[in-house]
Amino acid sequence: MRTRPRTLRLRGLLRKESLQILRDPSSLAIAFVLPVFLLLLFGYGVSLDSKHVPIGLVIEQPSAEAASFVGAFRQSVYFVPRLYPSLQDGRAALRNHDVNGIVVLDGDFAQRLKGDRDAPIQVVVSGTDANSARLLEGYVQGVWSSWLQREAQARRIPLPVAVEPVIRIWFNPELASRNYLVPGLLVVNMTLVGALLTALVFAREWERGTLEALMVTPVTIEEILIGKLLPYFVLGMGGMVLSVIMALFLFEVPMRGSFWVLAVCSTLFLLAALGMGLLISIVTRNQFVAGMIAILATFLPAFLLSGFLFDIGSMPPLVQAITHIVAARYFVAILQSLFLAGDIWTLILPNAAALALMAAFFLGLSRRLLRKRLE
Amino acid sequence: MLARILALAVKEFLVLFKDKRSRLVVVVPPLIQLLVFGYAASFDLNDIAYALYDRDGGYAARDLAARFEGSPSFRSVGRITRQGQIAEWIDARKVLLVIQIGPRFTADLLAGTPAPVQILIDGRNSNSAQIVQNDVSRIIADFNRDWTAARGLQGMPVNLITRAWYNPNLESRWFFVSGLVGLLTLVVTMMVTALSVAREREQGTFDQLLVTPLRPLEILIGKATPGLVIGVLEASLVVTIAVFWFGVPLVGGLGVLYTGILLFVLAAVGVGLMISSLAATLQQALLGAFLFLVPAVILSGFATPIANMPEAVQILTLGDPLRYYLVILRSVFLEGAGFELLIDQMWPLAVIAVLTLAAAGWLFRHRMT
Repeated sequence: MRTRPRTLRLRGLLRKESLQILRDPSSLAIAFVLPVFLLLLFGYGVSLDSKHVPIGLVIEQPSAEAASFVGAFRQSVYFVPRLYPSLQDGRAALRNHDVNGIVVLDGDFAQRLKGDRDAPIQVVVSGTDANSARLLEGYVQGVWSSWLQREAQARRIPLPVAVEPVIRIWFNPELASRNYLVPGLLVVNMTLVGALLTALVFAREWERGTLEALMVTPVTIEEILIGKLLPYFVLGMGGMVLSVIMALFLFEVPMRGSFWVLAVCSTLFLLAALGMGLLISIVTRNQFVAGMIAILATFLPAFLLSGFLFDIGSMPPLVQAITHIVAARYFVAILQSLFLAGDIWTLILPNAAALALMAAFFLGLSRRLLRKRLE
Repeated sequence: MLARILALAVKEFLVLFKDKRSRLVVVVPPLIQLLVFGYAASFDLNDIAYALYDRDGGYAARDLAARFEGSPSFRSVGRITRQGQIAEWIDARKVLLVIQIGPRFTADLLAGTPAPVQILIDGRNSNSAQIVQNDVSRIIADFNRDWTAARGLQGMPVNLITRAWYNPNLESRWFFVSGLVGLLTLVVTMMVTALSVAREREQGTFDQLLVTPLRPLEILIGKATPGLVIGVLEASLVVTIAVFWFGVPLVGGLGVLYTGILLFVLAAVGVGLMISSLAATLQQALLGAFLFLVPAVILSGFATPIANMPEAVQILTLGDPLRYYLVILRSVFLEGAGFELLIDQMWPLAVIAVLTLAAAGWLFRHRMT
């Protein structure tokens, strides 16, 4: 059977691209080494769970009450308490970053408590890192209220009962930040791999003029695009599979959705990312500018605007509008639900549609621009 | 010697700025990013979507509900009327939490028995979940205090009075914007320097440079100057916007701030030039810059505290210049720290700068292709 010239040409192109990838270690490195390296780094490096926070307890006058209060902090996994005899020492420690906060029991704390007078406890936290400070306040409050309960029982003081919050956290009951960060990291990872792969490779071809050389051969624009994109698509998907395996087995993130949904959504996302890289390279045709833009337009937005770390709902409306053109945003929403909650169609369908739209837009625009540039 | 260095530096500037697009790329994107990210990067939740499932309808339940409605950070999305709706709304991320008040709520309260309120929180974003949990607990604690006080019940007279130094309203924007100063300085400085030697190597002009009377030290200074100048200017611009646009307080002195900026930019230039002289092609240099940049940001404590990382990773962060720079920036901006508190952050930067610059100078001659 004779193979049609069209498939023959495409096969030739694919072979050439694949050879080029295999012979140039840097694209293989981007596709396989980079995701593994990044995921390891992110997975171990990024955590919002603070444990063993150094906290200063200022006890101006030792007493049985103060001792039981210190004991409550010693028992908590969140704190490593350090004792200071005076407010001055405590403040100095806070200023030197030795402790993240101080809890002050005044000299007359025990006396006031015995006399049933108001015995306030002062808490001062370092607000530089506002998020950590807020979590710290919550932990201190937790230790304080359980101490209060125990003391009241010991003294047979009835605790006035009122509303008891029964808090349940769905999907992630132990509030492990890794479970929510790792799916987001997969997205940051794939954004980088997809855009960087294509942006740099194409820009280099433009600089060297090899694309123009290709144009004098009988291949069509579609063939060039497919020939170029397919090998990188395979590479990118390989990287994705590797990352998912690491997420499941190394970081032990649960997977509650189905794998085929994951595969379909990853395909859509990777097409969008590759398309964006392609577009950048066609517009810039210069390795320096393409590299700059690829980094600025991919890594930082995926990191900061995708909802992977920062809540999109709390951003000002204008910035929220901007997040809609970041493909990573949709993929993050899909992955966080797929991994932690399951196949939630009301969430997956609109986000997947947005990804498909972006992929079609980037690839379509690339094709048009490519045609214009070459004719 | 000075004239030779000057000539080389002028040439480097020309290479960078003769192309209009390169010029734009160095100036415009960092500004846009500062503005967009300055608003985006925040852990504060000011719009917590919630729904109430009130199966009681009594006045105590209404009182509690009113407190959530009155809180500026909570936003009611609607009322839930049947059990099945809870999962639907949370699953679809329509709400971040559901407050379920049981049918005996008011009766229990009036009878003096504990009245449970079920709070169901979406834990997909664990940080938000934790913040919501704290906020809800605070609102309920306020309700309890008022409820018991109104009925003359008294427990232990111990209250917590909490204050935050440096940032009384705990705005995480102050933390992130001062961090962005560091991030953007690093990105721009790296991009300018990491490509400079590699570009010449690829084009073959670096060999020519080596046979001129310029000594390696002079080449090093000439190549480092544009990065240094642009890095310091960029940092100044970003600091200005942070202070005047975002209203981040700059409590400390400019002397300390600029010592930090200068040391950091020198270290970044050193790393950039080292990567550049290791690379044989532009693409390798870009990749190298990238492979440095991403971990440098992740491990710097920009978004997540270094103290939360495993021991081994914490040791790794000691080689990250951004780590020291962020502490300097945040301490000077928010805490008004002086030299005596920051000297421990400054000497490692100086060490990194000297080591990497020396390595780059050595590589100029010893890595020939």
